[in-house]
Amino acid sequence: MLFDRSEILETLRMLEIENLDVRTVTLGINILDCHGKGASETYQNVVKKIKKFAEPLHSVVEEVSLRYGIPIVNRRIALSPVSLLLGSNNQEGPLVLASFLDDLAREIHVDFIGGFTALVQKGMTPADLQLIHALPEILSQTEHICASVNVASTRSGINVDAILLMGKIIKEIAHRSREKNGIGCAKLVIFANAPEDNPFMAGAFHGTGEGDAVINVGVSGPGVVKEMISRHHGEDLGQIAEVIKRTAFKITRVGELIGREVSRKLGVSFGIVDLSLAPTSRVGDSVAEIIEAMGLDACGGWGTTLALAVLTDACKKGGAMASSSVGGLSGAFIPVSEDAAMTKAVRTGVLNLEKLEAMTSVCSVGLDMIAIPGDTPEEVISGIIGDEIAIGVINNKTVGVRLIPVEGKKPGDEVVWGGLLGETVVINVNPTSPKNFIGRGGRVPAPITSLRN
Amino acid sequence: MKFDDIPQLPFEESDESTQQDKVVITVVGKDRVGIIAAVTSLLAEKQVNIEDITQKILGEYFTMILIGDISRCPIPLGELKNQLIQKGTEIGVQIYLQHTSIFRAMHRI
Repeated sequence: MLFDRSEILETLRMLEIENLDVRTVTLGINILDCHGKGASETYQNVVKKIKKFAEPLHSVVEEVSLRYGIPIVNRRIALSPVSLLLGSNNQEGPLVLASFLDDLAREIHVDFIGGFTALVQKGMTPADLQLIHALPEILSQTEHICASVNVASTRSGINVDAILLMGKIIKEIAHRSREKNGIGCAKLVIFANAPEDNPFMAGAFHGTGEGDAVINVGVSGPGVVKEMISRHHGEDLGQIAEVIKRTAFKITRVGELIGREVSRKLGVSFGIVDLSLAPTSRVGDSVAEIIEAMGLDACGGWGTTLALAVLTDACKKGGAMASSSVGGLSGAFIPVSEDAAMTKAVRTGVLNLEKLEAMTSVCSVGLDMIAIPGDTPEEVISGIIGDEIAIGVINNKTVGVRLIPVEGKKPGDEVVWGGLLGETVVINVNPTSPKNFIGRGGRVPAPITSLRN
Repeated sequence: MKFDDIPQLPFEESDESTQQDKVVITVVGKDRVGIIAAVTSLLAEKQVNIEDITQKILGEYFTMILIGDISRCPIPLGELKNQLIQKGTEIGVQIYLQHTSIFRAMHRI
């Protein structure tokens, strides 16, 4: 037979039982050529350009999904950083464009549109500031718009002024969307070393080094990896790494197949497959469960960072062998609310914010989807961001922070957002104030890249 | 006919073009009389040529894997898939249809 029956049944089992799916097909679109004579003409040009490329996206994705029998969960659009297009002379600009695009997302059946992005690793332009100050309104009034702010990079250093500002902005977004448990904050990522081809939200934007339009794909297969590990009882960690590598290879190949097919049908170029294992709140689709399948009692106990390091590195190796077009974030995600077993570990007290921070030093993409008490002061939020960003900058990797202050809730309280965002429990935050330190502001110089000890 | 006259088969790693319109149909469920007949008659009706077929019974469970050429099938792939799923529901088995490329991608370097 063309394929071994065990191969065919293995693929079916991955799809039907182990929740293998393509998490997102993300269409990146350059909008920097959309300047019009006036603001309203610019908005219309952006809408027109998105429609030109994205109108068939939904139906093409459906068709490809059916052809291979693999669910494709999200269709998304990543735009060039909006701050670069809009300039600074129209304060209402970002909000008006966001509401146009929010309607457009509904019209063309797209889950999220990202790109309300400011790249401020070295300094903030008036346009960046205008966009950042508009975020509380944008993220609380729209449903499908995502934003990101890159506050640091290994080449430029850390913009502490921007980190300070973002602490304040996050509190404001949380306040404005307090009716919905601060959900606006789930649509904003604070980055260091933000990748330009990331297909995952909330941080996706179309980098300035990209072409006019490009398809990037994010796969998801924590369930598959977990099952594979569960079947290898008693094998040493070298062998476990091998098992993960082989599995990651297969998952990545599926992502590449889907990406190439969608881009061919849309007539745009294929960009990258993001290798990240992205969990969902479904049982059996969890990164924490992989770590537990490796032998730990609970995610967060001693050994967790090592387990995550083995997992992330083996995924990258398998993925890099499977596709020459690997990019984006490419690691293991640990979004607390989107991973039922991780939330359980927080609930039982095994997993705390400090351990999560340690875990982010070996995986992508940082402190993600963590509910914090609503009364956490803004300087403490800036302090948490600063610590996480430092890990990324010094270790030359991407990190992101997505914290959600939930007004009226204290540590241990339950929070439900629903859908892919899941539900979680408010984590305990060390209340010591970093105000006099982080409040100094300024810019931390770029780190030395030799003498690496 | 001598053995030498039989063309080289099966095609193991043929190129993309010869596989363009091939699908894998997998049938899983409790064994009963007439599963193969029900599935293959539907495929014949829809002009799907069966190129390879294998089946196995483990205990009371039945699995059949079938490779079909859909190049002459007059209805869209999605509709064929829905009709197969519906047929499966009628006879109490689950039927999956997938284009062969996904298996090639996952299991061949």
